[in-house]
Amino acid sequence: MNPSPPPPPPRDPDLLEEALGLGRGGSPPWRLAFVEDCVETSGAFVLHHFLKRALSTEGDGTVVFLGLAQPFSHYDRVLRKMGCNLSVQRNKNKLHFIDLLNLEFLDEKGENDREIGFMDLYNRILRSIEAIRSKDNNGGWTTIIIDDLSHLEIAAHGSVKHVLDFLQYCRSLTSEMDCFLVILNHEDIHSSDEALQMLSHLDYISDILIKAETLSTGIAADVHGQMTVVIKDAPGGLIKKLHSFQFKVKENGVEFFYPGSRF
Amino acid sequence: MVMEDADAPHHLLLLRNFMSQGVVHRQPVLFASPLKDPRAFLGTLPSPVSLSKEHRQRDTLVDHNQQDQEKGLRIAWQYKKYFGDQQSSQIHNRDVKQEFSNDFDLRKALERQHVQYIESMSIQDIPRLTILRDRCSNFLSGLPRSDGGNLSAGRIAIQSLCAPQCGYAEMDWDLVAFIRFLRSIIRSSNVVAVVTFPTSFLSPAFLKRWQHLADTLLSVRAIPDEDKDMAKLLTGYQDMLGLLHVHKVAHNNSQVPTVLEASTFSLKLQKRRSLVLERLNQAPVEASSGTSYSTSGTCSGPSKGSSLDF
Repeated sequence: MNPSPPPPPPRDPDLLEEALGLGRGGSPPWRLAFVEDCVETSGAFVLHHFLKRALSTEGDGTVVFLGLAQPFSHYDRVLRKMGCNLSVQRNKNKLHFIDLLNLEFLDEKGENDREIGFMDLYNRILRSIEAIRSKDNNGGWTTIIIDDLSHLEIAAHGSVKHVLDFLQYCRSLTSEMDCFLVILNHEDIHSSDEALQMLSHLDYISDILIKAETLSTGIAADVHGQMTVVIKDAPGGLIKKLHSFQFKVKENGVEFFYPGSRF
Repeated sequence: MVMEDADAPHHLLLLRNFMSQGVVHRQPVLFASPLKDPRAFLGTLPSPVSLSKEHRQRDTLVDHNQQDQEKGLRIAWQYKKYFGDQQSSQIHNRDVKQEFSNDFDLRKALERQHVQYIESMSIQDIPRLTILRDRCSNFLSGLPRSDGGNLSAGRIAIQSLCAPQCGYAEMDWDLVAFIRFLRSIIRSSNVVAVVTFPTSFLSPAFLKRWQHLADTLLSVRAIPDEDKDMAKLLTGYQDMLGLLHVHKVAHNNSQVPTVLEASTFSLKLQKRRSLVLERLNQAPVEASSGTSYSTSGTCSGPSKGSSLDF
């Protein structure tokens, strides 16, 4: 009987993982990360990166994914090209995908009821985490990924209070349920005067900020944009460390590199 | 989504081509407009360009095998026409010659018998956006299914959403919620929607929200007439109607952004009838003086030896 082949050696962490303090597998050393992007450069690839890392064989993680921007089939196809089968992970109870493409908070009369709507959504997340924990994943860690915040605001019909309350409840899960939270936010939506309250609160509650933006010269075939990782000494605190590098998004992953290091 | 220009209605050229293509490809079309009578706009939809004499001559040289195959297909189509699915919509059963065309003659309007099957609605002063939402939902649910059970393709064209005539001045969140709703329902269907909107009536934050919701984002811009500086800079300036800029390209089921070789195109009328998009060509710059000349002239040869004429 032939012995089974040895598992492949764990790969070295990339620049993003190094900046975030993520080793070879293992839980993140922070609790809440905001990924910021803009119209010109989508930051969704960062969420895919976190998703794959959490579900990889090296890691021991599970994921609760709130899909507000795209249907499950989109993420499934994207992650398959990255070597991760979301359908299998879902069947193994490592991934709970909450389909929120048609999310609307309507009561029995068809009127908007945000309070109950957000409460129901929070309870769905809680039940997903409990379902994950009830199985064999006791030693693992759970990441809650939200794609993306702007859709929650639309469902809340612009109510900043309801959205921030919901985020605060989700943040409480990071300590009560030992979870990690990754949220995609469109920074250019909130950069105007009318949205400063939201932006300042997001800054207050986050430990880490990952910013994806275009180069000043625009997008190129070999360099799709630049990434800035801001590590704070405490949520809403001073900047402890700043990392900056460039990236190129591919179907099977992302390349991170320092400017000028590719040629 | 197409961001309109305040000075010129070039977005209408795109809408016209989009709807005409749907009609000639036998795809149901829903058109929503702030015009009081949207059907008046349908009378301006261009007709497919007729086959030229050259094409007809080329067709006669097709070998017999291919002719037999085409004859067989025509016969098969006749059977499908008379004995096909009884629940097909009128757009499939009507006695219309089907053509597949991406080339339209703006001087010639689409025949009335084609246009009458386009669903249209006015969004001027409708009290609630739920009416538009319901209309879009009904349109999708009414799409015929093929024999395999798949929904046929359909097209939704919405002109100047958020224009003042629509009466949605205080309904920013309702509008963005409608776009999100439209996006979600067409995700699971074979429908494509083109929405044009004037950007000047949106606040900067909401403009960004609309832009983020778009899968593909375009903008059209007018170019001034008789701009001497522009004429020196761009080849063929005098033939241009305007500019089309591609801000974002859809990448559903992929995380890789599309990097275009060129993101700005000129809108031109070819032979004064067909809308074409062309890459911008910078007029060559004269090396010694630094000035450019708009049309390519003859290349002068080397100063020594024989001159070369092109």
